[in-house]
Amino acid sequence: MTLTSLAFYLFASVSVASAFMVIAARNPVYSVLFLILTFFNSAGLFVLLGAEFLALILVVVYVGAVAVLFLFVVMMLDIDFAELNEGFLQYMPIGATVGLILLLELLLVFGASSTLVDKGQLPSATPEGMTNAEALGRVLYTDFIFLFQTAGAVLLVAMIGAIVLTLVKSNNPKRQDIAKQNARTREDGVELVDIKPGEGI
Amino acid sequence: MIGLTHYLTLAAILFTIGVFGIFLNRKNVIIILMSIELMLLAVNINLVAFSAYLGDLVGQVFALLVLTVAAGEAAIGLAILVVYFRNRGGIAIEDVSQMKG
Repeated sequence: MTLTSLAFYLFASVSVASAFMVIAARNPVYSVLFLILTFFNSAGLFVLLGAEFLALILVVVYVGAVAVLFLFVVMMLDIDFAELNEGFLQYMPIGATVGLILLLELLLVFGASSTLVDKGQLPSATPEGMTNAEALGRVLYTDFIFLFQTAGAVLLVAMIGAIVLTLVKSNNPKRQDIAKQNARTREDGVELVDIKPGEGI
Repeated sequence: MIGLTHYLTLAAILFTIGVFGIFLNRKNVIIILMSIELMLLAVNINLVAFSAYLGDLVGQVFALLVLTVAAGEAAIGLAILVVYFRNRGGIAIEDVSQMKG
């Protein structure tokens, strides 16, 4: 057993176990933490596959942004989670049946497919003498520039959507009114008070 | 030796766990959103594994796009959840049909 296989089995087993804990944990905070563990181990798998850039993006985007967002929402909402977990066992049989059938079908597809001949150790998609990020950038900014721009537009729409959804409209917003500011005179703002010595205001 | 089928099997297991999680936590929207993230992660593993198998970087480009969409989806989903909680004082999924729109 080589080091690569050892690393694969380590990352795979930990990610499957923590993915199961994501859905099985009673407390959603634990679920989010296990989700982070799953993403870290998947990033390790991506490194094994020669996709270092995606691995780091996975850590930055998922662990740094999405998981923290989940954690933030879980902690911000005051929810009685014990009540939410009530139907847990009620849906167990149907969920297990559907999941088992789906898994068997997926494995059958891999087993029966004639095009998926295992070539042994997977080669890396990165060309020789180039880093993964450089190779990815070369195709991303040339052949897939429109897809890249569309991804940016999707993120922009998501950002605007999230802001519009959660914005609380205040009745008395303190906005800057430039015309009002410019129309102020010295007489409006400053008042000279003649204070007698030793008395104060 | 670790080949393509190992990665595909792992992705299949992760995807199944995601589907299973949606069935299991029918009342908890947060766990459902996390299950969707797990399923998208499984798809990403498939894409990257095929990218390595075929020696073609396009799979990784597509995985990047899936990542983008997943991030946007999580942001919008959680924003809807916060608004829903603010309006109803709870996130019971049975009442979601009352959103009407």
